[in-house]
Amino acid sequence: MIPVSWYLIVAGLLFGLGAFGVLVRRNVLVMFMSIELMLNAVNLTFVSFSRALNDVGGQVAVFFVLVVAAAEVVVGLGIIVALFRRRSTVTVDDVARLKG
Amino acid sequence: MILGVVGMVNAIVFAVAVLIALLGGAGLVSARQPVHAALFLVLTLFGVAVLFLQQGAQFLAAVQIVVYAGAVVVLFLFVIMLLGVDRVEVRALVGSGWRVWAAAVGVIAVLAELGFLLAGHEVTGAEALAGSLSAGTNLGVLARSVFTTYVLPFELTSVLLVIAVVGAVVLARRIRVEDGTKHEPREEVGS
Repeated sequence: MIPVSWYLIVAGLLFGLGAFGVLVRRNVLVMFMSIELMLNAVNLTFVSFSRALNDVGGQVAVFFVLVVAAAEVVVGLGIIVALFRRRSTVTVDDVARLKG
Repeated sequence: MILGVVGMVNAIVFAVAVLIALLGGAGLVSARQPVHAALFLVLTLFGVAVLFLQQGAQFLAAVQIVVYAGAVVVLFLFVIMLLGVDRVEVRALVGSGWRVWAAAVGVIAVLAELGFLLAGHEVTGAEALAGSLSAGTNLGVLARSVFTTYVLPFELTSVLLVIAVVGAVVLARRIRVEDGTKHEPREEVGS
């Protein structure tokens, strides 16, 4: 079998790519997708440790992360749609002010 | 060979899946159009699903494909089409100067710290109460854990999903005033 540390390195690289995307992109949709990428990298870590420790708890955690991520996507896209209706933009630099 | 045939196949599957996942991640970060970014996200999710499968998490791999690559990305694409935000960004990365480098340095620092943490030892070494993974089939073990030990969180996720759906409806609906005309969004004052 492939050693667990290799999976963890891959998960770390994916997480780094996602974090980099959130930091350097300004399109709010792409930032949101980068967050999904980070969540997925953490899921990979959970599954790897679940296999390493022979414990199903990690996979249960991934299950709940998937559910919460689905809810998060629904609410986040609702916010993006509302934002676009109000300001006609999806660039976060254009919505830097907190005033409604 | 030291690895043997099975080990060889495992290594090849691992390498291809990692390549797919990292390619998708790099494409997601650097794509200029949101549609391309969503398709690269599918690529990454597929690669990670293969890695799940390789580690014996069959159920999660299936859910990953169905829920993530199916439902979530379709939702993303739907919103992209709905908003008509198919304009190409001038540059994929903002600033393209010191800000990108600063972001890269920050990310690498966080990853290095994670690596140091990984090199340490387990904190407690205590047994978890979720159950052993090798006690049966993957789906059976997972289901037993979710419906016994974690049954309360599982029920609470239904509340969470209802709240999310209601919240999305409230956020996305148009506000109408009483004479039936649409409420015009207020213009932003100044810039």
